[in-house]
Amino acid sequence: MMTQQDAWNGFKGKNWKNEVNVRDFIQCNYVPYDGDGSFLAGPTYATSTLWKRLQELQKEEYCRISVGKDGKKRRGVLDMETKVVSDITAYGPGYIDESLKELEQVVGLQTDRPLKRAFMPFGGIKMAEEALEQYGYTPDEKLHKIFKEYRTTHSDAVFSCYTPEILRARKSHLLTGLPDTYGRGRIVGDYRRIALYGIDFLIDEKKKDFDGIGDGTMTEDVIRLREEVAMQIKALKDMKVMAAGYGFDISGPAKTAREAFQWLYFGYLAAIKTQNGAAMSVGRITTFLDIYLERDLRKGILDEAHAQELVGHFVMKCRMVRFARIESYNQLFSGDPVWATIALGGLGLDGRSMVTKTDFRFLHTLENMGPSPEPNLTVLYSKRLPENFKKYAAAISVKTSSIQYENDEIMRPVWGDDYSICCCVSATQTGKEMQFFGARANLAKALLFAINGGKDEGAGLTPYAQVGPVCEPITSEYLDYDEVMRKYDIFMEYLAGIYVNSLNLIHYMHDKYYYEAAEMALIDTDVRRTFATGIAGFSHVVDSLSAIKYARVRVIRDDHGLAKDFEIEGEFPRYGQDDDRADDIAVWLLKTFIGKIKKHSTYRNAEPSTSILTITSNVVYGKATGALPDGRKAHEPFSPGANPAYGAETKGLLKSLNSVAKVPYEYALDGISNTQTINPDALGHSTDEQVCNLVNILDGYFSQGSHHLNVNVFGVDKLKDCQAHPEKPEYANFTVRVSGYAVRFINLTREQQDDVIARTCHSVI
Amino acid sequence: MNYGFVHKLESFGAVDGPGVRFVVFLAGCSMRCLYCHNPDAWKMESGYRMTADDVMAEALPCSCYWGKDGGITVSGGEPLLQIDFLTELFSRCHEHGINTCIDTAGGPFTDKGPWFEKFQTLMKLTDLLLVDVKHIDQEAHIHLTGQGRENICCMFRYLDKIQKPVWIRYVLVPGLTDSTDCLYRTGKFIRSLSNVKKVEVLPYHDMAVSKYRELGIEYPIPDIKPPSHEEVVRASELLTPTF
Repeated sequence: MMTQQDAWNGFKGKNWKNEVNVRDFIQCNYVPYDGDGSFLAGPTYATSTLWKRLQELQKEEYCRISVGKDGKKRRGVLDMETKVVSDITAYGPGYIDESLKELEQVVGLQTDRPLKRAFMPFGGIKMAEEALEQYGYTPDEKLHKIFKEYRTTHSDAVFSCYTPEILRARKSHLLTGLPDTYGRGRIVGDYRRIALYGIDFLIDEKKKDFDGIGDGTMTEDVIRLREEVAMQIKALKDMKVMAAGYGFDISGPAKTAREAFQWLYFGYLAAIKTQNGAAMSVGRITTFLDIYLERDLRKGILDEAHAQELVGHFVMKCRMVRFARIESYNQLFSGDPVWATIALGGLGLDGRSMVTKTDFRFLHTLENMGPSPEPNLTVLYSKRLPENFKKYAAAISVKTSSIQYENDEIMRPVWGDDYSICCCVSATQTGKEMQFFGARANLAKALLFAINGGKDEGAGLTPYAQVGPVCEPITSEYLDYDEVMRKYDIFMEYLAGIYVNSLNLIHYMHDKYYYEAAEMALIDTDVRRTFATGIAGFSHVVDSLSAIKYARVRVIRDDHGLAKDFEIEGEFPRYGQDDDRADDIAVWLLKTFIGKIKKHSTYRNAEPSTSILTITSNVVYGKATGALPDGRKAHEPFSPGANPAYGAETKGLLKSLNSVAKVPYEYALDGISNTQTINPDALGHSTDEQVCNLVNILDGYFSQGSHHLNVNVFGVDKLKDCQAHPEKPEYANFTVRVSGYAVRFINLTREQQDDVIARTCHSVI
Repeated sequence: MNYGFVHKLESFGAVDGPGVRFVVFLAGCSMRCLYCHNPDAWKMESGYRMTADDVMAEALPCSCYWGKDGGITVSGGEPLLQIDFLTELFSRCHEHGINTCIDTAGGPFTDKGPWFEKFQTLMKLTDLLLVDVKHIDQEAHIHLTGQGRENICCMFRYLDKIQKPVWIRYVLVPGLTDSTDCLYRTGKFIRSLSNVKKVEVLPYHDMAVSKYRELGIEYPIPDIKPPSHEEVVRASELLTPTF
């Protein structure tokens, strides 16, 4: 215990020393900071040199054109592994540049080379191989045989059990983006635990848990959990081996700030070496790391420049995370996102601000190393945060458009004061909780099914097929609100059932064949599970129902008698105009949907939740959906997340925000995403004005109980120029926020770029 | 209850007075500025009929965004053409403690008769005026706007006399309002007033061209290009008094 006492020297508190309790450690030791950003330091030589090298690699990656097995050219992959199955200990040490490795303050790569994408077959061998082939790589024959003949993967297992009904719903895009061919992600290990306790302590605790599972009767639950904890212990041991490869012994706690960053990163690295989850969040780490930085600064063994350097090098690692993805995945989640989300700020349960200097330091990386989509920096916002921090964050938004805001005032009561953001916007208690990610159901398409008696209207891959149960189609010329509502209700009931069933099956198989041992090793064994579902097409359903209710909607039918288009006669209120007539429908829709989801029993008794969040999949979902009664034409993109529809925001930004703010978070605990772009000229004449006005917008929006806001500050002209001249150096890292994450604009597909350009830019002539 | 004729409501204005503001664009204007970017707001009767209560019902849900500086700005068109409605609206605002601001060119101003009495009442309810200086010379003013500037000068003097805070706005139009002489004399005029809190130089832009096309009105100055950033900076320096 000598080393532990040394490592904890200067830290206050007691409870956290006797049990794994990082929150208690933070609350006992952190120092809130309410000053401004004037203390911040620029990049050191090491940071500038490494960042320059990494930018060269990123440029090489972007420019690399690969020719797939299908003959199609694809861009954006530097290198891929074909022979080694990725695992915590699969590779020896790797560096950004072997000749510069002495400069790296935080080390560790996913593979042996920077930006090389690992081979991760456990989620699905078919997809793993397809990803290789699409970029011209040949999968290894021996591995092919192993995973085809001897070892079942997650995806194969799921598809072997799907019902024809689920397959139809999936193919028709009624259910889309289900994590049945890729890692579900969204599980955030409490990586801080490694820094605070060291691996040996964590293994001891897990061993105690292992011995205490169940009452001695070997039921299925008990056996499964024993196997899982055994896997977790193995993962912890592997982490020590991985760290030893880099010359570090992480069996004990971190003794310095540099070790704290490194230990923590090793935990995250173990996760991204083993899982290619859709979202691989880093968690809530700033206040924790600040305690270590402050201790070293006090001791005089660190100065501000080198404190910033540690943050910079850690962030650089988050900017380097890569996964091998297939084309259809990239269409759903465009621009190579990994959601290495880091939550900043927030308040403690005792009312103290949790903003520290390190929260500033993480934001400052966007100045020292320029804008970047990753890590996905998320400010947990409250009107009560220190004014200086609010202004600094707003200034970073104005400058880089790289950060997002979420309402700490509504999340804290639900998740406490140590929650992380586990994906784009969804909260999860750090180290206490895991989430089953569930993609989304297309509620707009569902409305068409309801109108057409369960038949596909023909916009997707299953034209005219009977996808849902046979029911009476609507045959009248004009849509009757009561009839539509009655039939929509029946169809949503069906949809909720098939949706939950699909997810139950998926998560059963994911646990069985692609268990997240590294992350779960850093989460309490007695874990709380949530069951996320999601909604796509939200604003279009609301506006459609409003049009049917307040205007007259005439159905235009095709030769099959199915509604192929609609004509609206008269005016109707729309979601996005702060008009209760439409906004009440929005509330009804959400409440009804989650109510139906909650009726069903879930895998491992996980608690159901839902989100209004589409990432960039609003384009793909829209493509597979016919014309809607709100006037949206067939195949047009949906509005993203909970955003009002394109063209509905006739009364300006704040009225649009007010509509979204009325959607109650309590019914969508997985998140309500809103993305807005403001022209800098419309935000204020000077930078100071822009910053103050943005703070006022955030204060106003979040004080109404809204959940999330992505803020972009640029004009349409810049987007158009970037689309036309992606080769300009200033656009290499030009970052835009899209529905819960950030992305390099040049990495979006052409269609998605067009969609971003088409969305309302709130500028006033 | 008076009706106002409202051209448009904009929930988010951040460049129309201090802070974040709800902007009411009233319909109707008697000036015909060559560079006007709201030709669709010229006719009063083309506006929506709204009462002060209607406008308040739209504006109040946005009050949470106003912070300590923001509030309501009435712009146009020319808001002073609807002085009765404006007064009613601002008295509602002051009941709610809302900061009020008028964006005007001063065209309807007169210091005589009942209109002036109304204006005096309105000023008691107004916290700030954004006043355009269209041109310093009478002849050029008529050429640019179709109207003379004596009554507008008179308004400036009156606002100075009652010490009502004013922000001056100056649209910089190359070839029309950007000569050194004209900027110099405008600057001198501004310095002669003691109630000017800020001078904003607004670069002319041609984004309204499509509006003219839709309305079937010929665009009066098709050949004029927006000024460069440097020209705007230069104009600001010439116009801005050292506060």
